[in-house]
Amino acid sequence: MVTRGFTGRQSGSEPSDRVPPGQHLVDNFPVLTAGPTPRIEPADWTFTLKVGPRPVKVWSWSEFNALPRTRMTRDIHCVTSWSKLSTAWEGVAVDDILADAGLSAPTPFVLAHCFDGYSTNVPLADLATGKAMVALKYEGQPLPREHGGPARLLVPHLYFWKSAKWVNGLQFTERDEAGFWELRGYHMYGDPWNEQRYTND
Amino acid sequence: MTEAIAATARWQSCAIVEIATRTPAIKSFFLRLSETFDHKAGQHVDVRLIAPNGYTAMRSYSIASAPSDSRVIELAIERLPDGEVSPFFHDVAQVGDTIELRGPLGGHFLWPRPSSKPVLLIGAGSGVAPLMAMIRYRKASAEVVPVALLLSSRTWCEVLFRDELLELETSLPDFAFALALTREPATRRTDFSGRIDARVVADVAARLPASPGCAFVCGSNAFVDIAADAVLALGLEAGTIKTERYGA
Repeated sequence: MVTRGFTGRQSGSEPSDRVPPGQHLVDNFPVLTAGPTPRIEPADWTFTLKVGPRPVKVWSWSEFNALPRTRMTRDIHCVTSWSKLSTAWEGVAVDDILADAGLSAPTPFVLAHCFDGYSTNVPLADLATGKAMVALKYEGQPLPREHGGPARLLVPHLYFWKSAKWVNGLQFTERDEAGFWELRGYHMYGDPWNEQRYTND
Repeated sequence: MTEAIAATARWQSCAIVEIATRTPAIKSFFLRLSETFDHKAGQHVDVRLIAPNGYTAMRSYSIASAPSDSRVIELAIERLPDGEVSPFFHDVAQVGDTIELRGPLGGHFLWPRPSSKPVLLIGAGSGVAPLMAMIRYRKASAEVVPVALLLSSRTWCEVLFRDELLELETSLPDFAFALALTREPATRRTDFSGRIDARVVADVAARLPASPGCAFVCGSNAFVDIAADAVLALGLEAGTIKTERYGA
């Protein structure tokens, strides 16, 4: 139903094929975090790959940084309705993390885990084949702490809560296990183009 | 929980039944739900505005009213000069207009019930809205949980819900209330002049009868970081500190 008197800020110049329904563009980079911002020193940083409860490989900060690097420039979309175009990231593709551990696809489901206890689920199909990375740099600079530094997951084609900040591991699971926000009413998959914001969307 | 989640999928039309000017930049909009819901203090709704050509703008607003049987909820909306949705509410919306919303939403920034340990609330500006829902809930439910609210505002005139908070400070048992005014000196002995810091947060927490079991912080990202670090310094575990940061 049309809202009486509302026309909106439609510049006409916005590339609508890049802005999903219900989203609006921002120039800044808003920060949304459910708790205090963690402080993680490189010496304390590790990244663990698990299959179920079993750790397959653990990388230190220097070991992880020695893995092959990937760059991607992508549009990102937050479920709170802001979108930001052409954000530039550098990091390690999930494909390269799996290859370094000698794993291919033990199960179709992955839970990302984080230093602050946060978690989020992403199907392997949305992480592999160049679709996602563990980002170490944003716009050419080390990832700022408030944006997940030293490292965050980047799954740019899903709502941005899937791009978990302060990531410290990926875990293959037998079933699609709900993560932090997915247990709290948010959608299990989170496709911005289908507006999958909340559980039953 | 299943029922609450199922309800979130539905958009509903709500009539604006009252508009109250709260501060020079903040108005409260009272919306009558067509489909009643039972929210928890701290939750929000998504509001969407639809232009004649179908263009849709969506924003999230915290519910400032306490959970109740009433079909009317209160949203306190600050007019952002460069905003798209908030200027519509302030400049165009009138009593009798219909607004679409869905909710209640959010399963994290929630009043902990049942709770017995004291609760520390820290807000800035319109960030007091979800905290106000918690304070109003505590009053309505007659829960005995001690609560302290530290509220940062530019000036005395811009304190959202000021008169109600001042009244609660005297009438509600175990409720401590302190302001931090950043653009003018505080005149009350129990308030603070200037921005909050770890010392201010520790001072307000000490007005509780025991150490807080959890804290809720709501405001800009920079404000929330300062406040959350100050609460960590009190010795609370990170997992007991829940934050809401203004998005865009």
